[in-house]
Amino acid sequence: METYRTSVMLCGGTGCIAGGSLKLKKALDEEIKRRDLQKEVNVVLTGCNGFCAEGPVMTVYPDDIFYEKVTVADVPVIVEEHFIKGRPVGRLMYKEPVKKQTIPLMREIPFFSLQVLRALRNKGLIDAEKIDEYIARDGYQAAAKALTEMTSEQVVNEIKASGLRGRGGAGFPTGMKWEFCSKVKGEQKYILCNGDEGDPGAFMDRSVMEADPHVVLEGMIIGAKAIGANKGFIYVRAEYPLAVHRLQLAIAQAKEYGLLGNNIFGTGFNLDIEIYLGAGAFVCGEETALMRSLEGKRGMPRPRPPFPAVKGLWDCPTVLNNVETYANIPQIILNGADWYKTLGTEKSTGTKVFALSGAISNIGLIEVPMGIPLRKIIFDIGGGVPKGRKFKAVQLGGPSGGCIPEHLLDTPVTYEDIVQTGAIVGSGGMVVMNDLNCMVSVAKFFLEFTAEESCGKCPPCRVGTTLMLDLLTKITEGKGLETDIELLQDMSLDIIATSLCGLGQTAPNPVLTTIKYFRDEYESHIKEKWCKTGVCKELCTFYIDEEKCKACGACKRVCPQSAVAGEKKVAHRIDQSKCIQCRSCYEACKFDSVKIGPRSMRETVENITDQSALRDKMIETLAGKEE
Amino acid sequence: MSRLTVDDLKRIKDQQKATFTLREGGSRVKVTVHMGTCGIAAGARKVMEALLDEINKSNVSDVAVTTSGCAGLCSKEPMATVELLNAAPVKYGSLNEEKMRKIFQDHILNGHPVEEYALVVGSETAY
Ligand SMILES: Cc1cc2nc3c(=O)[nH]c(=O)nc-3n(C[C@H](O)[C@H](O)[C@H](O)COP(=O)(O)O)c2cc1C
Repeated sequence: METYRTSVMLCGGTGCIAGGSLKLKKALDEEIKRRDLQKEVNVVLTGCNGFCAEGPVMTVYPDDIFYEKVTVADVPVIVEEHFIKGRPVGRLMYKEPVKKQTIPLMREIPFFSLQVLRALRNKGLIDAEKIDEYIARDGYQAAAKALTEMTSEQVVNEIKASGLRGRGGAGFPTGMKWEFCSKVKGEQKYILCNGDEGDPGAFMDRSVMEADPHVVLEGMIIGAKAIGANKGFIYVRAEYPLAVHRLQLAIAQAKEYGLLGNNIFGTGFNLDIEIYLGAGAFVCGEETALMRSLEGKRGMPRPRPPFPAVKGLWDCPTVLNNVETYANIPQIILNGADWYKTLGTEKSTGTKVFALSGAISNIGLIEVPMGIPLRKIIFDIGGGVPKGRKFKAVQLGGPSGGCIPEHLLDTPVTYEDIVQTGAIVGSGGMVVMNDLNCMVSVAKFFLEFTAEESCGKCPPCRVGTTLMLDLLTKITEGKGLETDIELLQDMSLDIIATSLCGLGQTAPNPVLTTIKYFRDEYESHIKEKWCKTGVCKELCTFYIDEEKCKACGACKRVCPQSAVAGEKKVAHRIDQSKCIQCRSCYEACKFDSVKIGPRSMRETVENITDQSALRDKMIETLAGKEE
Repeated sequence: MSRLTVDDLKRIKDQQKATFTLREGGSRVKVTVHMGTCGIAAGARKVMEALLDEINKSNVSDVAVTTSGCAGLCSKEPMATVELLNAAPVKYGSLNEEKMRKIFQDHILNGHPVEEYALVVGSETAY
């Protein structure tokens, strides 16, 4: 076994690969060879490092130096300066955004230092395509322990005692699910893994499958032992080619080592695992629909009971768990339930992986102890809202979840506390919104998604989501009625109460939470025909407060319509007949002099030519509108 | 490769212990080989090779090797600094392969600095 003095862990997650990490790998290998360092320095392509916003990223060990936004052109410098002369390259290091201070060590960058890695413990540390590297990090020892030293009942009890709850969204206690199924009699049982991950903005499961595919297999082996299954399937969406590739490799390697197949560890226990590619329908992530899809039928949910633990895939007793749920299992078996419970709260134990996206500085993947306040995730780990904009809301749980406003940011992230806000923890998508987001449009976006993804089997969901979407569209086009808000709330409750599966039962949540916390926005859309964020084009007027205008020309330069008139030292003005409400001028203005008024202002602005009269008129119009 | 036993898991893990101790930041000793232009001209690459060879042969898993640029004492190159956990760093000069191998055996493995090669005790660290 060669020992290298330096290991370069280059991120090979989907984000960094899109940013060019495969080309970087080649360039690094070539340059290292050219400098005759191939026996000393080793480049490893890992799974997702998590800090996707800064990609391509890499970490150099043993020094723990973190480089970001690395390009092929940087390679000779890194090799010469760092690998040969031991002088890490400062300009490629992370810079803390507020004080612009360089932080060389990965472990000292807040994005990493505030995380606790359990499900993601191998991310960036192993080559995801080498089973030996997984084994070097205690891989398959939990499976060995479960198969050779424990009874099924002991496995079930350990998982039950850990308090682990399913990470796929619903948060059902995993140990209880396994216990139900283990007690059902059946010749043939199945163990399934849900890697469908349909929430927009979520990529937790993809990252686990890409960074550490063997942990999923090991979790499934332990689950299979617990319930007595000898056949498993991993359901992955076909849009995840890298995850599929790495899982396939992992299965082949595990088979070769006898960790899958017959008589594993000489215990007489058998398990085969196959991959099944899903076509990417959101509803196929729902457990009963997923099983129908696996059977080769159209993926549609069916009523429960009977629960899958009794009658699942091909009517056999079946357990389905989420990717991240399985990723927690080996650690619990190795270290025990008490260890697992040292993090989190009484009812929400352990850690949870979240995908941060939207208006947040550090877009990426994080793992944090449950119970951590939302504020800490968004501002300390996530680095807050970029470009000097203001935080408005965070959407948790994707299309099934809800929007949580600023004043609830101290809510601890646990299943029981998040539900109180009207959102759900969900599978871990966290989309941050800033003051440029119109909350009616946000609700409409999610409804468009669920109306499109509704399988059509039950009318409340099929018809209901479409009707709700029509109402929301009407409101954003300025045709809303004052009664529409109540109507939306009523319909929501009916859809929740009567839909067949979780898709319909949760689809109204984004609407309900935005009405609950941002009702004023719905009202100004309907009553004043005014979208104050300037998102709904029919409901706004962009104009320039000519007293504040510094005539800097920033708005004029970005306007795609050449609708801004004005020269140096002359306050600018927007020609309403040319304006297409794209909001570029508003975002470009550094002096807060581009304003967004209600629709009705367009005529006012157009008919007045005299500067001071225009201003008076604006003040008059706005006085009546502002609360 | 035939079917694994529980002992095989342990064996595979042990084989890679060195690599992983370094990645996980658990090293006991840090050796810095000075690789400035002067160091390389004086034979630092050979010294580095000897060091890595000793590490491989002895199967130790907790020695981190890094490099540094010119330390400003070009006449004493090749140089290396050995830092044991909780001990002052020792800087060695005018090294060659044999001297490095001896430092590895006496200082790195057994904790006794080789005084005859030492330049200073308790100076700089890498950054
Ligand atoms: C519409 C819909 C989509 C779902 N999509 C997923 C998904 O993509 N991944 C997932 O793990 N669970 C998804 N679920 C939840 C599953 O039905 C099921 O609860 C979960 O896979 C069980 O695993 P767990 O207990 O480990 O979370 C979805 C549920 C619904 C209603």
